Amino acid sequence: MCIAYPGRILELRGGTAVVDFSGARKDVNCMLVEAKVGDMVLVHAGFAIRVVDDDYKDK
Amino acid sequence: MITKINEIAREIGREIKIMEVCGTHTSAIARYGIKSVLPKNIRLVSGPGCPVCVTSQHDIDCMIELALQGIHVSTYGDMMRVPGSKSSLDDVRMKGAKIDVVYSADEVKDGVFFGVGFETTAPMTAAALKRQVAVYSVHKLIPPAMKLLVSEKYGIDGFINPGHVSVIIGSDVYKDIAAPQVVSGFEPENILESIYKLLLLIKERRNEVVNNYSPVSNEGNELAKRLISEHFKLCDSEWRGLGKIPQSGLEVKDSKLNAKTIYSDVLKNVKAKENPACNCGDILRGILEPRECRAFGKGCIPERPLGPCMVSGEGACRIVFEND
Repeated sequence: MCIAYPGRILELRGGTAVVDFSGARKDVNCMLVEAKVGDMVLVHAGFAIRVVDDDYKDK
Repeated sequence: MITKINEIAREIGREIKIMEVCGTHTSAIARYGIKSVLPKNIRLVSGPGCPVCVTSQHDIDCMIELALQGIHVSTYGDMMRVPGSKSSLDDVRMKGAKIDVVYSADEVKDGVFFGVGFETTAPMTAAALKRQVAVYSVHKLIPPAMKLLVSEKYGIDGFINPGHVSVIIGSDVYKDIAAPQVVSGFEPENILESIYKLLLLIKERRNEVVNNYSPVSNEGNELAKRLISEHFKLCDSEWRGLGKIPQSGLEVKDSKLNAKTIYSDVLKNVKAKENPACNCGDILRGILEPRECRAFGKGCIPERPLGPCMVSGEGACRIVFEND
């Protein structure tokens, strides 16, 4: 239940983003982060919880 | 890294018990075969960080009762097959109860949402409360459970702290837990490095918190924390296996949205009966390992689980069963 997946924000309208997860696109609620188009975000249960760098897994 | 781990484990000498708190870490550790590359004197045990596993039987029975009463109920998928005293949400849905499985709390428009999970998931439930959705909350907090495990002296030398709970709450909150701790990510190299850093703390007897996962900051996600405190208040919570832990749960602030208040008449008659053959309680405290449970693989398998540890994808027993 604490799984979170990284995805790239393609579109952002109000608090909802269209996020690309390696080809799959999903709507993601961005009310918990300050993000912009092009950002990579960690997504848990449909919500972005953190803006991360591309190489966040290695740091 | 493995060489360094072996070296320091040898220097420490005695058996070292490390608990990974979070179910997602248990799952990653099993998937990457981490235990097989660690020296023999390091024992990795899984802790109570599987929210499905620590939800009390009583709470599951209550949700089943709401569904049986014709109330529209929504839940995350992993709660569906957890056995209650008599049946499960899945059984009851097959008999016609209106139960929806959701991936996101945003999908819930009406009825009662089963708010399960730790601090990672509480903000999402808070967002639903903000939209005036009624919630039955069983959300729990990780630091009080860790404090209990330390105070009850289960011989845990150090903790691998959760990654995504920590993204929300930050790493500072763990500082008053009297044990060596490392906040870890989920890649195998990162987990091994976290174990190494933890061994260094254990060797030097330093009750410190080291952050080894870059998305985690000292203070965590302020927006999420604020949303949680707007819609929830602290309460005592019943943890399967650990009993009642004071101030370890989140209760819905607005009684008009609290399913426990709205449906108190229906719920007051619910009486849970735990299965005596189920040892999930001992598994969750790291006292028993899955294979040491008499029912493991025999009376208790994923298709016919006795308890939540065999149901949840993050349950210690299910993880061992599937990785064999």
